[in-house]
Amino acid sequence: MAVPVDAIIKQSPPSSSLRFAFGNVLAFFILLLIGVLAFSIRLFSVIKYESVIHEFDPYFNYRVTQFLTKNGIYDFWNWFDDRTWYPLGRVIGGTVYPGLTLTAGTIWKVLQSLNIPLSVETVCVFTAPVFSAFAAWATYLLTKEVKGTGAGLTAAVLLAMVPSYISRSVAGSYDNEAVAIFALIFTFYLYIKTLNTGSLFYATLNSISYFYMVCSWGGYTFIINLIPMHALLCIVTGRYSSRLYIAYAPLVVLGTLLAALVPVVGFNAVMTSEHFASFLVFIVIHVVALAYYIKGILSPKMFKVAATLVISVGLVVGVGVVAVLVAVVASSPTKGWSGRSLSLLDPTYASKYIPIIASVSEHQPPTWPSYFMDINVLAFLVPAGIIACFSPLSDASSFVILYLVMSVYFSGVMVRLMLVLAPAACIMSGIALSEAFDVCTRSIKYYITSLSESLQTDAGDIVPGNNITSPQNDVIKPDKKEELLKERPSRKNKKKEKESIEKPSVKSKMTKRPLVLPVEASIFALFLIVLLGAFYVVHSVWAAAEAYSAPSIVLTSHSHDGLHVFDDFREAYAWLSHNTEVDDKVASWWDYGYQTTAMANRTVIVDNNTWNNTHIATVGTAMSSPEKDAWQIFNSLDVKYVLVVFGGLVGYPSDDINKFLWMVRIGGGVFPHIKEPDYLRDGQYRIDSQATPTMLNSLMYKLSYFRFVETDGGKGYDRVRRTEIGKKYFKLTHFEEVFTTHHWMVRIYKLKPQKNRIRGKTKKLKSKTSSTTPRSGSLKKNPWH
Amino acid sequence: MGMFRFGLLLLLLAVHWGPALSDLVISKLDRRIDLTSQIVRMTMSFKVENTGPDPVSKVSLTFPEHQANNLALIVAVNTQGKGKTRGPTTNLPITISQPDNNSPPSLIWYAASLPKDLVKGESLTIDVLAVFTHTLRPFPEKITQSESQLFLFQESAHFPSPYKVKSQSMTVKLPTENAESYTKLENTKFANSEIKYGPYENLPPFSYSPVIIHFPSNKPFAVAQELIREIEISHWGNVQITEHYSLIHGGAQSTGEFSRLDFQTRPHVRGASGFRNLLAMLPPRAHSIYYRDAIGNISTSNIYSDSSKTLLEIEPRYPMFGGWKTSFTIGYGLPLQDFLFQSEGSRFLNITFGSPMNDILVENLTVKIVLPEGSKDISVSVPFPVKQSQETKFSHLDIAGRPTMVVEKTNAVPEHNQYFQVHYKFSNISLLTEPLMLIFGFFSLFIACIIYMHADITISKSSPSYLAKLQWDEVLGSIQQLQEVINRSLIVHEKLEASLRELSRTGDVQGCKAVRKAADTLLKDLSKESKPLLSLLQSSPQAAHIIHKVEELVVKERDLQEKIMMKHAMVVDSYEKKSGGRDIDNRVAAIQQKITAVKQEVDHLLEFVEDI
Repeated sequence: MAVPVDAIIKQSPPSSSLRFAFGNVLAFFILLLIGVLAFSIRLFSVIKYESVIHEFDPYFNYRVTQFLTKNGIYDFWNWFDDRTWYPLGRVIGGTVYPGLTLTAGTIWKVLQSLNIPLSVETVCVFTAPVFSAFAAWATYLLTKEVKGTGAGLTAAVLLAMVPSYISRSVAGSYDNEAVAIFALIFTFYLYIKTLNTGSLFYATLNSISYFYMVCSWGGYTFIINLIPMHALLCIVTGRYSSRLYIAYAPLVVLGTLLAALVPVVGFNAVMTSEHFASFLVFIVIHVVALAYYIKGILSPKMFKVAATLVISVGLVVGVGVVAVLVAVVASSPTKGWSGRSLSLLDPTYASKYIPIIASVSEHQPPTWPSYFMDINVLAFLVPAGIIACFSPLSDASSFVILYLVMSVYFSGVMVRLMLVLAPAACIMSGIALSEAFDVCTRSIKYYITSLSESLQTDAGDIVPGNNITSPQNDVIKPDKKEELLKERPSRKNKKKEKESIEKPSVKSKMTKRPLVLPVEASIFALFLIVLLGAFYVVHSVWAAAEAYSAPSIVLTSHSHDGLHVFDDFREAYAWLSHNTEVDDKVASWWDYGYQTTAMANRTVIVDNNTWNNTHIATVGTAMSSPEKDAWQIFNSLDVKYVLVVFGGLVGYPSDDINKFLWMVRIGGGVFPHIKEPDYLRDGQYRIDSQATPTMLNSLMYKLSYFRFVETDGGKGYDRVRRTEIGKKYFKLTHFEEVFTTHHWMVRIYKLKPQKNRIRGKTKKLKSKTSSTTPRSGSLKKNPWH
Repeated sequence: MGMFRFGLLLLLLAVHWGPALSDLVISKLDRRIDLTSQIVRMTMSFKVENTGPDPVSKVSLTFPEHQANNLALIVAVNTQGKGKTRGPTTNLPITISQPDNNSPPSLIWYAASLPKDLVKGESLTIDVLAVFTHTLRPFPEKITQSESQLFLFQESAHFPSPYKVKSQSMTVKLPTENAESYTKLENTKFANSEIKYGPYENLPPFSYSPVIIHFPSNKPFAVAQELIREIEISHWGNVQITEHYSLIHGGAQSTGEFSRLDFQTRPHVRGASGFRNLLAMLPPRAHSIYYRDAIGNISTSNIYSDSSKTLLEIEPRYPMFGGWKTSFTIGYGLPLQDFLFQSEGSRFLNITFGSPMNDILVENLTVKIVLPEGSKDISVSVPFPVKQSQETKFSHLDIAGRPTMVVEKTNAVPEHNQYFQVHYKFSNISLLTEPLMLIFGFFSLFIACIIYMHADITISKSSPSYLAKLQWDEVLGSIQQLQEVINRSLIVHEKLEASLRELSRTGDVQGCKAVRKAADTLLKDLSKESKPLLSLLQSSPQAAHIIHKVEELVVKERDLQEKIMMKHAMVVDSYEKKSGGRDIDNRVAAIQQKITAVKQEVDHLLEFVEDI
């Protein structure tokens, strides 16, 4: 798609300005179409399901956006949310990355002021697709800076439909990453742009873009570590220039100041280890700049003397500073790193120390199939892209290589960070594809022109039948060929030229002749490339349509009599929101916290923002305890309703029974009387007749399987665990079922009110019997418990 | 039971106010009370006779206060003739008229004005429909999931009429064939789910005989506590209706556990009191129907449509039990031509007023009619008393806002679902405002872009960077020109080469020479052209870093030119001397090599210059 443009641009018809204009217009329309593609490929979820917010975290973001649009920005900063983490509450304004919320809120405000009455929900649903179009354009800009328009357009197309990014940005997936990836790529683009131009204007823009990234996502630390790394790489490899200084120094100064303005970051921008690399390189770059300056004003001999002096003094001071720094950092327990970042550096850290991080599936290391699923053929194209970046190696292409390498490492640690890898893979593959296309089409074109040329000369040969002229023709011909080739200089050559200006010594060595392949090979290669691209497109569309478009609050299944919809979650949340008191507290495992507050508008004990491990452990303990203990725990938390998710009837696998071991683990981490082995029979987690009594008596088991056995006539066959349940007939004494959804996926229980505790039982009873209440008899026989 | 005491009081009062109010006598009174739904409908047909000397223009109807408070609708109709010779029916206007002195205090009086005065001896038949809401009281008030709902209904077996009644009877229709209990008076019959009281003869005015019926009913008690209907007219051909319901099950409160298991296995026993679905009768050709609530689409709905209606069956997210609430929104579009008509220069909308749901009671109904922006002279006519106000709604691309008529009604029953009219004036040209606005908006955007691209918005014209930019533009321009010159001379070279080829083929030396001559003059011109450009570049400080390349290019090009000329001369010379082909080759080979080398360099440089 992109290469023809390239070719068109590079062709040299007589009027070059018209040609460029044509090329630009074509490129513009291709970009427009890429934007449309990026937007529309993400609409599968709306078309197949509905325009609705997806999953868990987006519901929180949606709720925050609602608050923002209703109460305004100042209330938002000061928002203390008492609907969650009861009784602690949560300071939302200071603990949330506000970028996404502010973006959607602003869009909504603007639309509202234009009298376009879109609901907040609609704006939230479509924010992610819109921003993926932006991200595709940003990729174009970035790759264009690195390798030219052709590579840029190819990379943009690839990014528009890379499955990894689609998974986080389908319509309705209203998550930080949706805007953050755009911010990430755009920041990188501005960095490269500054690096290429040395313009302070772009450096300032870069800082602002970085600020937006800090607002949007915790992943900004990736930027603030990658860019210093690249700066350092440039310095070490002797590529220091004033442009590098302009690109780097303003970013650190302005960027850090701006980052500190975001409440959730605040002083972390200068106090945590994640940011130290940037300051270190900031010092280094100044030292280097000073060295270059001094080198310029001193004679070589003097410079040598000065250098030894400074280095010896500098070493002493440097060692001292480092020692102090190490001492300071070492004094903090986590060495100044946050848990998630530490688990990035040491992949085993989380599973060893923080079960709550390890319990989240997206924090697990990825498997090979997930690479294939998420970036598909890009995985094979990336190495080719790296090679293309090395010839020639410029500041920009070295940055892209570094970005790729770092993101590959991080994606290997945590599935979630595959998202950071995706743009790098797209850029690399775009470069590779574009180069390959370039070579192949060039070969074919060369073949065609030389063919017509030889036809012409052949005709000339035959007519005169003169033997004198033919050798002369032979001499001329190759000349022509070369000229033809040179008429379409690829970007690569241009780059070479630029390189050659910087290093004139290299110039003479470099061969000017571009690579030309045999025509059959290039046609075949073109065919294969197109096939590969087609495979990628098919896979991406499949991923967008099937794998990543399910909103996960609505489930569907195809049976012989058509589509069946499981809308149980919303059924339960709607019931809670309409048929319970506004101030009732609902306890559930933390996964459903955000949804409960957003959809049912009820206070929850814990939610998906897992900031307080003890609180979550309390809920985990209650779920793992026998009924009576659980009732006491819940009652002490003022809980009125307990919500469990149960998939055993319809075979919904991610239900609470399957998550139960994490509850035990997290609960046991804080309350030692909960021991994981008590719930395992010979190390195996089972719920059938072999299950341990602790397991069968736990609240979670009871709430999930209450009266379940009656659904299939006494067997109690669990379709998720594929086994008959262990304990079939039991009664609940402290809880009562108040609602169960149509497919039994959500079951809501109410805590029974506490029985009147009778002090001096016999005495009171006597007085009761004397008052001849017929009830007292039954009370005696059947007390609450 | 307060009602019993109240009844007794009435009875006493009836005795007290013995004398008739006027000389009207009701010769026959039949009452039918329909209890098959939550809305109680009472139809009365009575024959009035004037026995007094004065003509009478009004007939009074009285209802006890507790009934009158829940009276949603009362209609009186006078039918002339009887049986097959039934004449046209006339609606009798009804007003509340409280007589000042001799009325029992707990009675509310309604007066139906007769079409013409009733003179002595004449009689008239009047049919009255009275619709009551909230008159069925659940008893017990709280039930569990498996119990049936039971209701209490109180009435007087004798209609408390202010006139003497010669003969009257009352029939009560129950939803099922059994009743828990009912008051047995003389002449009481219970058969086929109907309880019949009477006939009772010669009753004095205000006679009262309380009757209580306790009966089971599991009909849906769907009560919309609030319904906001928004009717939005678009003159592009659509009437969009959006209805926001907040619904409650108005029957006996559900208490205790709700077991899904019981509900699923024996829905008619363990869940009889709840209802699962509602049926809405939408007008024909309704389209784009949706059904959703605050958290998204509700997938449990069905549409059956034919030419006369569209039937929408909706199921709330969960089965509704006593006291359970829910809220949802349904919306649909209707073709404009079915509902909007024109008359005498103005337009009027003719559409139904109430909720399209079957058997639903709407406690607070708000109908908002959103007219297009620019509508004038708006008036609403509703066939029953309502509260009216006006507001403005801002929607897509509005500037002045759309005039919105707000009509409010409490206790709306299905009988209120009548057509009402909204008259307004609207000119068709206003229809084009918004499209034109959009066109103009985009147009001005493009214009702005063009202006921006062409305008020089530099603030300081004398700043060094601006000047540098200007100079650089100049440099670029001259480089481009220079490039063109060189390209042209390269074309001349091509021509020379071509002429050589031609020569080798045809041996036409003269032609070749002619080409040479033409080329010479051309090249001279070109070199003349390039001189000022080059000097300009040399003088410009901006071009300092590239000038050596450009100069090199020009020099190389000249070199190439010379070499080609040399080669040309050589070949032509050889031909003139008639040398052999091999000889020519040998002579040219050396120079040809140089030409190739120089040409490559020129191309190199040209490319570089192009990149600038």
